[in-house]
Parts: sequence; structure tokens; C-alpha cells
Amino acid sequence: MSVTRHALRNFTPQRRDVIWLLLSLLAVWGLHIAHLPLWINGLMALIFGWRWLIESRGWSLPRMPVLLPLTLLGIAGIVASFDGLFGRDASVALLTLMLGLKLLESRTSRDFMLVIFIAYFLTVNAFLFGQSMLVAAGMLIPVTGLTAALIGLQKPQADANHGMQLRLALTLLGQAIPLMLVLFVLFPRLPGPLWGVPKDSYKSMTGLSDRMRLGDISELSLSGATAFRVSFAGAPPKASQLYWRGPVFGFFDGREWLADARAAYLPRESLSVRGEAVRYNLTLEPHNQPWMLVLDMPSQLPEGALASPDLQILAREPVRTRIRYEGVSHTDYTLASQLSPVAERYLLQLPQQGNPKARALAEQWRAQLTDHQAIVDAALRMFRQQNFYYTLTPPPLGTNSIDDFLFNSRRGFCEHYAGSFAFLMRAAGIPARVVTGYQGGELNPVGQYLIVRQSDAHAWTEVWLPNRGWVRVDPTAAVSPSRIEAGIASAISETASLPLLARRDYPLLRKLYLNWDAVNNSWNQWVLGYNQQKQAELLSRFFGASFPLSLLTALFIAVTALVLGVISWILLRDKTARDPLQRIYARFLRKMARAGLQQAPQEGAQDFSHRAQDQLPMQAAKIAAITSLYLQLRYGRPSAASLHALKREIKKLGIKKL
Amino acid sequence: MSSMHPVAAQIIHATSSIILGKEQQIKLALACILARGHLLIEDLPGMGKTTLSHTLAQVLGLQFNRVQFTSDLLPGDVLGISVYDRNIGAFTFHPGPVFTHVLLADEINRATPKTQSALLEVMEEGQVTLEGETRPLPTPFFVIATQNPTHHIGTFPLPESQLDRFLMRIRLGYPDPQSERSLLQNNGGRAHVGEVEACISAVELMALQAEVDHVHLSDALLDYLQALLQYSRQAVDYSAGLSPRAGLALRQCAQAWALMHNRDFVIPEDIQAVLPGVAGHRLQWAVGMESHADSGLHLLNAVAIP
Repeated sequence: MSVTRHALRNFTPQRRDVIWLLLSLLAVWGLHIAHLPLWINGLMALIFGWRWLIESRGWSLPRMPVLLPLTLLGIAGIVASFDGLFGRDASVALLTLMLGLKLLESRTSRDFMLVIFIAYFLTVNAFLFGQSMLVAAGMLIPVTGLTAALIGLQKPQADANHGMQLRLALTLLGQAIPLMLVLFVLFPRLPGPLWGVPKDSYKSMTGLSDRMRLGDISELSLSGATAFRVSFAGAPPKASQLYWRGPVFGFFDGREWLADARAAYLPRESLSVRGEAVRYNLTLEPHNQPWMLVLDMPSQLPEGALASPDLQILAREPVRTRIRYEGVSHTDYTLASQLSPVAERYLLQLPQQGNPKARALAEQWRAQLTDHQAIVDAALRMFRQQNFYYTLTPPPLGTNSIDDFLFNSRRGFCEHYAGSFAFLMRAAGIPARVVTGYQGGELNPVGQYLIVRQSDAHAWTEVWLPNRGWVRVDPTAAVSPSRIEAGIASAISETASLPLLARRDYPLLRKLYLNWDAVNNSWNQWVLGYNQQKQAELLSRFFGASFPLSLLTALFIAVTALVLGVISWILLRDKTARDPLQRIYARFLRKMARAGLQQAPQEGAQDFSHRAQDQLPMQAAKIAAITSLYLQLRYGRPSAASLHALKREIKKLGIKKL
Repeated sequence: MSSMHPVAAQIIHATSSIILGKEQQIKLALACILARGHLLIEDLPGMGKTTLSHTLAQVLGLQFNRVQFTSDLLPGDVLGISVYDRNIGAFTFHPGPVFTHVLLADEINRATPKTQSALLEVMEEGQVTLEGETRPLPTPFFVIATQNPTHHIGTFPLPESQLDRFLMRIRLGYPDPQSERSLLQNNGGRAHVGEVEACISAVELMALQAEVDHVHLSDALLDYLQALLQYSRQAVDYSAGLSPRAGLALRQCAQAWALMHNRDFVIPEDIQAVLPGVAGHRLQWAVGMESHADSGLHLLNAVAIP
């Protein structure tokens, strides 16, 4: 109504409004505090303190000469911190800082509304950094606060108080829940995100690497983040069978094992399987690499995946959102019973020089032992019987890293053993390669699924033996069998260096954690994993199998258009437009406006008529007649005076433009 | 259109011959009386407050009593007292000046709150209850009170709750030069009060009062009235918004105003004409928003006519 619109302009925010706004902005800031640079957080704390002092001590708001340099300095600082103003992190930092500065110059209700709406937007931005249940739940705090602040601004008289604002905000949000659920279930899902998320959103993702330099995986072991979760259709395989295949490295450059481009052109290795298939559903956390982890050996490709000749399973693009796929694997298999000469040459590749002692040892085995299997056994025996230790904190290695490891330090973890074992095999003339991925995982009894963490990352080898094809050999198992049987926590004594969640020594904490992870898993499956396909499944359950999704989209567009139309009609329609009398009278007002006479909002028709008669004495009689008719029609009793008469009178009124 | 009701025109004309150049205030006072309300006239001493009320009573053909309020005035001085009569051996009631049609309570804010509230009770009830006996006042009965601006020495300002009892408060203000000239020439107005003829009788006045109730209020007008009330309650300008009683008072006065203008329906201008008088003493500026502007006019300018 015009009254409220008019009234709103005069309201100056009260202390109650400032308190609500500050508290909810603190909550918004809290959502982002972890990914803002320290200096911005410091500045924000100062700004909040300052604004509070302004309110409580009655200081005046800072003026342009203070704010402008602060703004420019802030922008410069962000450019310097983030190398520019674009990208997710820089934009959020900029938005946060500008919100703080806007707060410092907010005086009127209008300013406060602006701040509140920016704060809503900044709240949603938290989803760019994570979509876990905690983030979603955490967002409820600022959303509630901001809504309460908004309510306070709209109800500035004494009838508003903190409790009432909070109650009303919670009621409103509660009322929004059914709508949210309906929209969540029915709103047409798109095959991909509507907009691209800035690139730097992915940089912090952890996961596998496309190369293995001795020392890299030790960092990975220390992360307790979840890599993926698996639920098996039947009984899960034994722990010692849980090798999750990831990148395969067939090329050694003297320092690093990596996947050479040539590997992609080798003939496809044939796989024959025996025994029962293991079927499972795997939910992979985003790691910004194309590998889709599968249980050794994958006998069927997950949907939409590609397979390299050496059976790495790849997605078409780097995995940047959580994906879920079905896998079928066999633990009893023969891979590549024949090896082409090209492949054999590639798989025996070694750099020209380096690591002479290891080469000599391999030559020695080759001379003494004719059987390839015997050579493999000799190498494993060496690891098992000589003084090799499994440790997460190996000493640094020299230029000939493999010699250094095999003959000097003898301390290392999976990638040291896998890397040097593959080297020895190749030097002894046996085709060999390094396979990385994950080994093991923890069964969560709460949800009956397996959690595989980054700390379960592992590297092992495959050697090719005539007639048997590729055989998986895990030299780490020779050194530390418990690493394979019972997980990394049992393999090392210095548990303190492991992330808390990978440790076994706090049973209560573990139980809590496992429950929590099960809840998170459901969240991932049912909320985040609710995609186009699942929506189609759900709808077909209600509306029959052939329910077209496009119909739903069309329906939604129609309903949205209708709702928007009705709302805007309600908001925009004026009483003038609704009431025929007001419409006719508006015609008179337009004629008067042509003569330069405007009716003020608070001016009554009679006062206006007197003013008009003074201005237009020639028309005075007609104006008086029109006004009298109008007043009679609008304020009088229902009577003989008719709209038509008024219409006629107004039509007759000839006003010349001034 | 703007022609006056013949009787009202007559009354106003007669009163204006005594109180010169104050036609608007006279019209407001008449509207207040037609709306059956009590009138408060606030101004400096010597501005014609008493003359105005005396003239009005005379013109309306009403019985008139005047009480000069002082700080030692007691309730009994206004209401009346029972005195023991030795001849008949019983108490007899001696009615006070309140038993009249028009009571002029002069300088009401000079009396103590005790006496003020005794009078204000009578204003509300229309009857006097003393020693367990209730005595009705004559009808019509209304009080015209005058008061000096509250910052004057020796005043007991009326609290807001009692101000609310007065339907309207008007201020007279200094006369314009022309009126003042004729005032000076004719040796003041008060001397001529006695010469004024009554235009109507008390019975006719009551008929007019009854007619006020039948003036039509359309929905569109009630929208406007509510918008005004709503704004006064929402805006931070005022310490408190207008009460429902104030809303009823506005309605009643606007009806009277419409009747005086020979209309059987109320238009927004009627409300606008009476609002400063009806709302001015009820709307106090909020702390920090004090202004010399009239709070009622401020309200009118802030609210659009729907």
C-alpha cells in the first residue's frame, strides 16, 4: 500500500536492527572465515568492532575520505593476494570486504536492506566451497538471522522485539520447508550445472597424482579425507583383495614413474575372468583427475567411462563433482596372456644410466635364475629377510634413489617398495609396471559400506609372467604384511603422525565418526546425488514409466510463469486500475496534468479542484462539476450520480497544453 | 459545493461578529460541539478564549457557567456540596457551577490534579455522583476549557490521558491587523457578547447533533482514515500513535464538518480540516524528533489519500 511505502522511507534503523544485522553478518562471515586470507579476516573483525562502537557510543559513520581509500586499498590487497579480481576465492573475498565497508556507511533502512540482500547472496556462495550437510546446516544460522533482521526493518515500531523477530523468522523458514521439498523433488534437474564454477575451485582437491616420485605418497597418507565410499551388492571381498586400481605407470625416467603417452597406443590387453563377479556401487569424491577407481580387475566398464589398454578406468573429464557408478570386477583373472613385442619393449624400458648397483643385482639374479617366478621370489625374499622397514617418514634419497633405498636407507613405504621392485624386475628382463590407487578401506557397520580414505592410498606392481599374464605383486606386503591385511594404522608404530580418523585408538570417537560418516553418506546419496536420472526414476514410480521429463520442465515453466504473473499482478495493480471510477478520474487528472496541474498524493479532490479553478478560471465551472460528481461517486451514498455522466463531463473538458 | 449549512452559517456569522477574523477556529469549535465533544482552547492570556466560549454558548442558546480555575480550587467548588440545613434538619445539596449546558473551565491547568480529575470525570460520565447520589447533568452538556501554554509558571499540565478526553484542541493565535483594528475601534468584543442573539435553541442543537451521526462514510474514506491512524502508529516521529478513541473522534468531527458544509457524506478534506484540531494534542513528537511544526499537519502531509 502507498502508506507503507511512504512510511518506510522515513524509518531510520533502530539499535535492535543494528544488533540483528551485525550478528547475522558475523554468522555469514563465519561461513567463509576459513577460506579468506588472514588480513581480510582481521579487517572484518575491525569493521564489525567499529560498527558496534558507532552504534553503542554514538560515533558518526565514517565519511567518503575514509571509506574511499579503504575501498581502494582493499581492492588492491585482493588483487595482490589472488593475482586478480576474478575467480571464486577473489570474488568471495571482494564481496565479503565490500559488504563490511557497506556496513560502515549504512544509515537508512534502504542501506540495511541492501546489506541484507548481499549477505544472503554471500551465504549461498558458501556452496561453492563445499556442499556437505554441515555447510548446509551452518547456512541456516545466517539465513535465520538475516530474515529476522529483515523483519525488524519492516516492523520498526515498538511492537517488534527480539523474540518476536526470531519466532517469525523461524516460522517463515519453517513454512518454506514444504515448498523447498517440492521444488527439490520436482524442479527439473539439469544434466550439468547451469553455470561453470571458477577453475580455482578445484585446486584444493586432494587425490591421486599422474606421476610417482619417491616421497609423494607420504603426504597423501596423512590426509584423513574420504576418497570414495563403496557399498557391495554381496559380501565384500577379503581385505587383502581390496586393491582399488587407479593410475598405471609404465615409464621410468630415472627419478619418477609416470604414464607415458605411448602406453595409450599399445594393443589392448585381453582379460579373461573366472569365478564370481563382485558388484558394487562406488561414490567417488571429486579429485580433479580423470581416474575412476575400480576394484582390481574391472570386468565391465562403468557407464560413461573409458578404459586404457592397461585397464585404467577414466572418466571423460576430470572428476570435479561427486560421481556415483556401478562397478563389476573379478578378483580371479588373467590379464594379457600374450604380450606383443612392442608392448614388451615398452614395459622393459629403463633409462640408459643410473642405479648401477640395482642393475648389477638384477643381472646377478638373471644369470643365476632362469625362471621369472624365481626372480620375483628372490626379490621379495630380499625385502622380507634383509633389514627393510615400513615407515611413513623415510630419510631423503640421493640421485640414484633406488640404489640409495635398496642398499643404504632401507626405510620406506609402498611407493619406495613398488618403484624399486618394478625397477629390479625390468632390469632382470621381466616386464613390470607400477599401479597406484588405494588399498583396503574401513567397513562402516552403520551403513554397511566401505570408506576408503586418502590415507589408504597405495602403490603396488604388476609383473608379466609367461602363460600367466599380469600378476599383481605387492612388495609392501612382503615387508609389512599387516599394512595389507589390516590397514595402514596397524602397519606403523608412530600412530601420532596419522590423521585422527585413520587411527584405531579412540573407540568411542571412532564410533561417533562412523555414525557421522553414515549420515553424510546418505546426504551424498539422496541429496547431492539426486540427479536427472534419479529424478526420472522417482517420477516414473509415481506417473508411470513413460513420464517425459520435458513435460515436467514445461509444466514448471508454466507454473512459474503463472505464479510470477499473479504476484506481479497483485503487486502492480493499483486501486486506480481496478476501480472504474478511479480509472475515469485518472483521465481527468491526466488532462489537468497537461495544463501543468498535478494532484499531490495527500491532496484531496476538492482542494485540487479549488486549486485548478484558480488556475483555469475559464474551466472552473466544469472542473467544479466533475469534482462534485467524483466526490459524490467516491464518498457519497450509492445514488443516481452515474459514471457515465462523469465520463461525459471529463470528455467535454478541453484543456490546452501550457 | 462549498456552501454552508444555513444554520451553521448563521451561527458562524454571529460568532464572527464578536471574535473577529477567527472564522476557521470558530468553525472547528462548532464542529466539536456538533460532534458532542469537549473543547480545549490553548493560548496565551488575553487572546479571546473566554469571549469565544461565552459567545458560542450565547449563540447556541445555552445556559453558561464559568469557573476560574486556581490552585486552591476544590472539587466541591465545581461539583457542588451538601450543606446541613437546620430548618429541615437534613443535608441539602447545593449544585455547583457544573450543572449547566456549557461550562467554561478557565485556565484549567492552574488547578491541582485533584480538581482537574473531578471535572474530567464529569466530562466522561455526564453526571455527578456525590455522597452516593447520582445527579444527571442537563443535556446538552459540554465543557470548554482554556489553558495557558504549559511552560507558564504555576501550571499543572494535563496528563496525556486527560488531554485525550478533549475531542479537540484549538489555538486562537493573534488577530490579523485588520481584525485587530476593528477590535480596537469597537472597544473589544466582550462588551458586545450580551448583544448577540441566540440562533438556535438547545433542542435544535441536539437535533443537529443527531444529524451528524447520519453523515455517510464511504469505504474509500475509511481507507484514508485508517491509513492516517496506521501511519501515526508506525512512524518513529511520534512517541505514541493515535488511539482508537482518537480515530472515533476524527470520524465524528469529520462528519460534523461535512454536515456544516451541507454535505451528507464525508470527503478527505473534511478529515484534513479537523485533524490538526483532533490529533494535535494527542500526537506528541518522539524524543529526538521534536519540532515546532504541528504534528497533525505533519501527519497529513505524510499520508497519501488512497
